[in-house]
Amino acid sequence: MISRFVTSALFAGAAAGLIAGLLQLVFVQPVLLHAELYESGELVHFGVEAVSAHPALPGFDPIRDGLSLIFTMLTYTGYALILVAAMSLGEERGAAANGRWGILWGVAGFVAFHLAPGFTLAPEVPGVAAADVGARQVWWFATVAAAALALWLLAFGQGWLAWAGAVLLLLAPHLIGAPEPAQFSGPVPTELGALFAARAFGVGLAAWVLLGSFAGYFWQREGARAA
Amino acid sequence: MTSTTKTLSLTGSKLVPTLFAAALGLVLITLTGHVQAAALHDAAHDVRHATGFPCH
Repeated sequence: MISRFVTSALFAGAAAGLIAGLLQLVFVQPVLLHAELYESGELVHFGVEAVSAHPALPGFDPIRDGLSLIFTMLTYTGYALILVAAMSLGEERGAAANGRWGILWGVAGFVAFHLAPGFTLAPEVPGVAAADVGARQVWWFATVAAAALALWLLAFGQGWLAWAGAVLLLLAPHLIGAPEPAQFSGPVPTELGALFAARAFGVGLAAWVLLGSFAGYFWQREGARAA
Repeated sequence: MTSTTKTLSLTGSKLVPTLFAAALGLVLITLTGHVQAAALHDAAHDVRHATGFPCH
């Protein structure tokens, strides 16, 4: 039984993680490298001289980008393990988990793990001012847990009490607010920060949809094989 | 019905692997996305930013 969880999560996580990592390298990494030129002071926003919006960026770095690919695959394998656990619980309550329904599971995962925390604690480009990392991590975990529980209640809860609780769980972290820095002193142009957040969300959604579909597919296939 | 008893007996045997998978996934995300040890942070730096984890 455990092998069904681990096998389907490993296949789905590795495949979706590899695609996520490649999408990040193409669409997110150039924005990140550009921002780092401001973070390091190599470029100065509103400095004495106007700076081109199209500087020469360091190209593909095998070690740095290879590590990024590996860590993205590991991260998505972690997501996949949680997702198949949720699928297993959902199946007991009559929800389908296969390649098609997995798309919906993936969107839910994106909402819980990316959109909910990122709605207030936007994906950070390097060089932005931010509050203490420990405090932000606590807020991040709490928000993800609240959003995941809320989505579960929306999908499987019965009655207005469950749905009202879900709405409250979705709203609360954002009404309370995330840890914010005392001053906004980041040196990075706002255009780069906005593009970075948009790209991070876009790649995240694409990767989660694939992850959900892959996880559902392998979850069903491994289940059929074991039966 | 046999299908009912099968579902019920599955519930118990599924609980442990479900919890195990969820816990393992959480540990993995914490390691790749959140632990601030220098080596891990540096190796996962770009991923943490691109995935929307709080980084530094």
